[in-house]
This record gives sequence, structure tokens and C-alpha cells, in this order.
Amino acid sequence: MADPFLPPRLLPSGDSALTVEFSRTIDETANRRVLALDHALAAAAIDGITETVPTYRSLLVHYDPGVIDHETLSARLLALSAGSLAPDTEVRRWRVPVCYGGENGIDLEDVARALGITPDEVVARHVAGTYRVAMIGFTPGWSYLSGLDPSLQMSRRQNPRLATPAGIVAIGGIQTGIQCLAGPCGWHLLGRTAMRTFQLHREPTFLLEPGDEVSFYAVDEKTFAEQERAAEHGELIAERIAA
Amino acid sequence: MSTLIVSQIGPASSVQDGGRFGAQRYGLTPSGAMDKLSLAAANSLVGNALMAAAIEIGPFGATFTAKGGAVRVALCGAPRPVEVAKRQVDMNTSVTLNEGEKLALGFARGGSFSYLAIEGGIPGEPMFNSLSVNARAGLGSPYPRPLQAGDVFDVAPAGQTPEMQIDVPKLSGPIRVVMGPQDDEFSDEMKALFLRSNWMVSATSDRMGYRLEGPVISHLHGHNIVSDGTVEGSIQVPGNGSPIVLMSDRGTSGGYPKIATVITADFGRLAQTPAGTPFRFKAVGMAEAQAELRRYKDLMRSLPGRVTELVSSDFNIDALFTANVAGHAVSATDVTTWPGATPD
Repeated sequence: MADPFLPPRLLPSGDSALTVEFSRTIDETANRRVLALDHALAAAAIDGITETVPTYRSLLVHYDPGVIDHETLSARLLALSAGSLAPDTEVRRWRVPVCYGGENGIDLEDVARALGITPDEVVARHVAGTYRVAMIGFTPGWSYLSGLDPSLQMSRRQNPRLATPAGIVAIGGIQTGIQCLAGPCGWHLLGRTAMRTFQLHREPTFLLEPGDEVSFYAVDEKTFAEQERAAEHGELIAERIAA
Repeated sequence: MSTLIVSQIGPASSVQDGGRFGAQRYGLTPSGAMDKLSLAAANSLVGNALMAAAIEIGPFGATFTAKGGAVRVALCGAPRPVEVAKRQVDMNTSVTLNEGEKLALGFARGGSFSYLAIEGGIPGEPMFNSLSVNARAGLGSPYPRPLQAGDVFDVAPAGQTPEMQIDVPKLSGPIRVVMGPQDDEFSDEMKALFLRSNWMVSATSDRMGYRLEGPVISHLHGHNIVSDGTVEGSIQVPGNGSPIVLMSDRGTSGGYPKIATVITADFGRLAQTPAGTPFRFKAVGMAEAQAELRRYKDLMRSLPGRVTELVSSDFNIDALFTANVAGHAVSATDVTTWPGATPD
């Protein structure tokens, strides 16, 4: 665990961005501090900050040095990093349907074999978890979730697949994730969801926010097919649940 | 309504503007023109907003045809042979294609990307305030993909104004970087090697990243770090020790240590460096990098003021007169002896 009171390192990322680094490793406390600083910056609405990008261990702050200089921004970031870890807004919670196994989760049986448990037990442990969106990145809507059951942790594939379909739900290392668009993936595919974290011409275009909580439930192939059709018409598929 | 038809085009050509900002936290990369100064220069020539969408044309040739009326365009960026209806046309000028006329562009020479701006701009449906193509995310308008032969742009009919030229300053020198954010993952020796070596852009580079050929840069603690955010110009060093500069279509996060970051003012110059041409990096401090950014933005804003009426190169009495007064031998029939004209 990173020291929750240690000031972060401020690292230059070129002339128009600063990386606020809370830890060098994946760390629950560090991620909470990243998200807390992100919230605090949104609330402070500092002139000259153009965008923020939360990741597991750091917050990338894009800024316009013509509006706020490096030293002033650094001082503000350090001051705000010392604030409370508790988010000042309500955490959003989502229930996300997943069609596990079969052609939608081609690695489920291999994962079960590698872990010495049944595929049903893998699914049971995966749906039992409550996850937090630690970061969204790499490609639009690719959501990295922390909180995977330690008994489901296994290293990533030796050979990443160059093509995987949209909507895959996968595990890799100590994380689970939802990949929105079709693309390459080095994780183990457990299933697919019809929920689209990114969809043009839908309000909201991006469904999940860093800091949101996510839990999964299993659906059969017929339900998945129905949900896919509904998603095409702009339905969110994921249910927002009360805190 | 006039139209501009893509009659023939090579790969790596797409509609790009100033970029798509505000959604990097959701994994949406900004995209946008690789060389924004050249985009701004082309737009200035036809009276468009500096960061209006234009056609970014990769290293290969392209042919466009005007249909339904005249179309005024301007080409800046990587130099290449330009012909309109078989007449040679200079880079950095506007030119009007009359109905049915073809604009033929050859291969880029000494650069990678040219920008074809169209008077009145490119009509399209902005997504996150941008028409820029991001093929992976299916974004971009009017075509959410690289351009293909047969694509059609509905554009404004050419106005009556005279053709224009622009004086775009030639920038040169090493590619300047700010060290970090993860330069402490490399020894002093490796950082010195990075800064003193000649580098070349590999032929396998694209709008996502420029792979660099040169010495192997090894890491102090291995090459896997936990993913963090990237910027345009981040120089990450993967396990094989060959740096990759992250370009306009980069992933928004990356898991390799980033030794340095190209300054904004030099990013377009790096983007224009052709594969196989050696260049070097030079480290600068934050104050100098940001002073250069101010100069770069001032230069960009000055571009519309650098546009003047095109002096016809077919017959230029003033140039002849000036040259003769100055006492140089000038031939009225040999344009290469005229001042300002350089045989290519």
C-alpha cells in the first residue's frame, strides 16, 4: 500500500501536460487518490486545465501554459492532492449483463482448467465481485476494473490475440476489463456484454466514468442476442442501481 | 454546388483538423493533423479558420477532379509536384480548378504529409467538435476512414478573389524534447546515448507511432511499467530498446517507460521527417519549451498576414525590372534566372 499522505511526484509530460504520480505500481490507495484529485480538479475548475486523464496510479493533467504557468499549476495540484480520499459526489453503480463461455467467452474453459476449478465456479467468482472503474484508456471505452477476486488472477496470454470482438469481458493479471470496440487483446476472454461503454449518437456517448462501481450478472445467449439488438437502438443495457 | 472528387489516392490520406479534445479520459485519442502549421498555412491561403478540416495527404500521389463548378484549393506541407490541367503549380499557393479540371499531386519529397485546404472548408458532421478521421474508433466526417478513390466532397463554389501565395518560414534544427516523465527509468549513460545519437524514422511508422531506428536504449528496471497517460510526442521505449514516438492517433495510455517528450513546437517537424532521414534530439528545459510554444503559436497566428496576392510566374515584369536594375543577368525566357526562382 502506498502511503496515503505522501505527496505525489509531479513529472513533466512535455510543455503542456503534467503527470501527477501517486505510485509506481497498481495500488488501491493510489488509484483512490488519483480519482479524488480528478474530482477535486473538476470541482475547482482551474483556468487553463484543458483535460485530465486518470489512470491506475497517476493523473495526467493537460493544460495551456499560456493561461496557467507550470509553477502555479504544480502548487495547486500538490495542495489539492493533500485532500480527502472520499469522493464528494455519490459513486455511480452499474449492473452489467455478461454472456459467459461458449463462443462469447472462448477462454472460460482454459481459465477454469488452469485454476483447477469448474467454469461455473469461475463465473460464480466473477459475478460475486464489486469492481471499480480504475481507468478508461488505450481505445475508446476500454474500461479497466480493479477488485478481481485474487483466486482468479493469472498472467496474460503469451500471444495476444490480434482480433477480438466488441464487448468482450476479460481477465488479465489482477484486473478484469470491458473492451468496447473490436481489437487486439492479450487478456483471457470470459464472455461478452451487449453494453457499449462507447456509442456514437447515444446520450451519454461514454457510459462509464473512472470511479464508477460495476458488478456483473450472467445472461444466456438468447438474452444476449436480444440485448445486442436493443443496444443497436441506443439502449444502455447496463442498469444503474441505487447506492 | 461544386464537388471535389477523389480520382486516385494513396494510403494514409484522410480528413484532419485541429483534433478532437475533451474525451481522452474515455480513451478517445485526439487525432488531428500531424503538422498543424502546414494545415494552418493551407487554410490561410483560402481564407478558412486556421484549424479547419483539410485533406491530409500521405507520402504517395493523389488526383482530384472538380465537378459541377469551380473549386479553389491550396496545398502546403511536404513539397511535391503539383499540376492543374497539366500546368505546373507551386506549393504554398491557392489554385482554382475549373469544372472538369484535374489536380495531380506527385510523391512527397523531403516530407511526409501535405495539406489540401478547400475554400469554404469541408462540410461534415463534427463529433466532439472535430471532423478528424480516427479509423479505429469509426470517427470522422464526411468519411470515417482514410480516403478512397471515388469519395466526393460537396464544397463551396470558388470565389472571384485572385490567387494567393504564402510565405511559410522554413524551420530546422534538432527535434527538441523535455526529458521525462519516466527518464528516471534510464541510466545517465542511456539518456546521453539517446541525446547524442542519430535517429531515423522507420518505414513501418504511421499516424499512431513513429518507430525509431538507432542504438538500443536499455532500461534500468525492465520495460513494464503500469500504464499511464500519454501525450502527442511521448517517446516510449518498449522492451526491444527501440523508441517509439507517439503520434496523433496514439493510444491514450501506455505501459512502457517514456524517456522524453517532443515539444509542441517541434512535433510537426518530426511528423514531416521522412523515413530514413537522420535527425537528432536535443533536451531543453521547461521554460525554453514553453517559450518555443509561445513563438510557435505566434507564428501560427501570423500566417494569414503572410498571405499575399500571387504574382504570376508566367510573366513577371516587376521581377525582371528589379533584377536588371540589380545588375544580374536575367533572361526573359528562362524563369530560373529570375530572382526568387530556384531551379529544382
